[in-house]
Amino acid sequence: MRLKTLLLAAAALAVATGGAMARDLTVVSWGGAYQDAQKKVYFAPFTAETKIPLVDEPWDGGVGTLRAKVQSGKADWDVVQVESDELAVGCEEGLYEKLDWAKIGGKDAYIPDAVNECGVGAIFYDFVLGYDKDKLKDGPAGWADFFDLKKFPGKRALRNGPKTTLEIALMGDGVAPKDVYKVLATPEGIDRAFKKLDTIKSDLIFWKSGAQPPQLLASGEVALTSVYNGRVDAANRNDHRNFGMVWNGALYTMDSWVILKGSPNLDAAYKFLAFVGRPENEAKLPDLIAYGVPNVKANALINPDRLKVLGTAPENIANAVLLNTAFWLENSDRLTERFNQWAAQK
Amino acid sequence: MSGGAVSLRAQLARAERLRRWRAFGLVAPLFFFLIVVFVAPIGDMLLRSAHDVELRNVWPKTAAALAGWTDRAHVPDEAAFAALAADIRSAKAAGTLAVPARRLNYAVEGGRTLVFNTQRKLPETADKWTDAFLGADPRWGDVETWNAIDQAAGPLTSFFMLAAMDRQMRADGSIVLADANRRIYLDVLARTFLVSAVVTALCLLLGFPVAYLLATQPPARANLLMILVLLPFWTSLLVRTAAWIVVLQEHGLVNDALIGLGLIERPLRLIYNRTGVYIAMTHVLLPFAVLPLYSVMKGVNPVYMRAALSLGARPTVAFLRVYLPQTTPGVAAGGLLVFILALGYYITPELVGGASDQMLSHFIAYYTADTVNWGMASALGALLLASTLALYALYNRLVGPGGVRMG
Repeated sequence: MRLKTLLLAAAALAVATGGAMARDLTVVSWGGAYQDAQKKVYFAPFTAETKIPLVDEPWDGGVGTLRAKVQSGKADWDVVQVESDELAVGCEEGLYEKLDWAKIGGKDAYIPDAVNECGVGAIFYDFVLGYDKDKLKDGPAGWADFFDLKKFPGKRALRNGPKTTLEIALMGDGVAPKDVYKVLATPEGIDRAFKKLDTIKSDLIFWKSGAQPPQLLASGEVALTSVYNGRVDAANRNDHRNFGMVWNGALYTMDSWVILKGSPNLDAAYKFLAFVGRPENEAKLPDLIAYGVPNVKANALINPDRLKVLGTAPENIANAVLLNTAFWLENSDRLTERFNQWAAQK
Repeated sequence: MSGGAVSLRAQLARAERLRRWRAFGLVAPLFFFLIVVFVAPIGDMLLRSAHDVELRNVWPKTAAALAGWTDRAHVPDEAAFAALAADIRSAKAAGTLAVPARRLNYAVEGGRTLVFNTQRKLPETADKWTDAFLGADPRWGDVETWNAIDQAAGPLTSFFMLAAMDRQMRADGSIVLADANRRIYLDVLARTFLVSAVVTALCLLLGFPVAYLLATQPPARANLLMILVLLPFWTSLLVRTAAWIVVLQEHGLVNDALIGLGLIERPLRLIYNRTGVYIAMTHVLLPFAVLPLYSVMKGVNPVYMRAALSLGARPTVAFLRVYLPQTTPGVAAGGLLVFILALGYYITPELVGGASDQMLSHFIAYYTADTVNWGMASALGALLLASTLALYALYNRLVGPGGVRMG
């Protein structure tokens, strides 16, 4: 998926750069079912209401991509949806416009987690434990079961790399969600996480893009996997799957909208963010895809049936842990090296 | 000498010059294209692996103060601490403190927090900045912290190249192995070469009979077979790789067929491991072995084989001693082509490999896009380039320049 979107983006780029100098407002998001949903509730209605033409493209993540675009001096994207670490690093490096909150409804319109000097929250989403209810009648109850090869035989999958993998290993080893980063901050905690991963190493495979886990479950390649809650819901609703998800110990995080520094479409970009930020518009997104939205008034407008599959529903967030951006900014390189060294050991 | 001869010579020279310019004009587009898309980026990459001014630009006073740091057994003097205090304050005001924090984090564990926490705890003024820093964080009393700043202060640094070779330089100038938990790149380099070598061997083994068949069939049938060879060649790499996932997965075509035939009871692990990487990469790269082999075999005169057989050689002997040596240039060219293409493979191992099957390009991509550590990405790229060139030089010595002729 990541790679496919990259190629699609490259193709779209080739087409876009072939066009005229004054390009249309270009909004970049994560592709797939998610971007399809955004097209319906945000992109098309925005153009219909404001008559501002909008081009949308998928991307693949990575602040390096944005840095290269901004530093080249002719960025061809305006509004980009970024993950939390891309928000933090890019903001420190000055890759994004500092937001004028008055233009997008004021800071009070959004929940505090969603307010950043460079970005406004777009969605909240969770890494949950997913499984196929058709194959497992009594599903797992938490990450401890993920590591229980007797109770749940078969392969399992996690996201490639140390991020989320180490948190999940610690929770599987009995660490309470609220203590995960306290334990992970110590060398013993990291050793403990890798030791726990050792126990299922021969049955563990790693996925690289968010579209993979539902496919791995559907094809029977794995019995259990970490998966984005939105992808589970999309598979159940669109592909008639019967996947289950466990909210106990879910890892949640947030994506934000940013405006790339020096955007020639700044005015249109603000109009777009203001449109997206309105509660009545945000409340339409969960009907199509299971992501929580940041406007404080949106939850009340969301259909209660849909609120149940969102990470922002009160009962789902109760035992969830927020992915710690600061921890990963500091330790990503080191732990990635360690992770790959661990993976290479037989 | 008469005047007419001189003017004739001048005319000739002018015509010659004109022709040369025209020839240059014809190659100029390619020449500039190569400069822009090939020479310049590679040059820039090599430069970034050793040239590092990020920290220097934000902390110029510290960089200057550390130029005079000679007693490496002890932390620098008060002047360096004062310079750093001034640099931290002005970087905070300019909003650029993240740059040295990130750069320092490469070398010092927790270097990011160290910089930001120190900035928060430092007083406005201090009689003795050394004490102020030590009060903010005891790690400022460690020579290795200052060594890291000094190495990052550039403009030239060996830090990234050493890190790419699992090494680091201590404050006393000695070069030691990196921490055991971080020592991966030489293993990854060896893995990259191993995977490429196995794929090359498989491609040659599978490609040789195919090329032989193509070269010995009548033209009409050979053309048809050639299309079969080229067809996958024209299909997108991603499509072919994704197809292998469908074929090789736990309940994919291969496993279901084998189980259906009763040959195995449990599905074989064919994907998300090294097996999957070998299968998919061999398939993708096979045409690059077949085509040079074919072009060489087309030129092998069948009379030699006939002569060997009529003189009493057994078919195997005739093949090994008469036919095979004549195809060496094709084997060499095809093998080299496949090997060098395989060295840079990224997408295929990414999709069909496991966590322990990633090649060097995976890490180059990781550092380029995920953590924006472009110095490290460049150093790994330079490592791959240098080892490839070294291997090519060795190959040229062994096989000789004649060996790489394309037929």
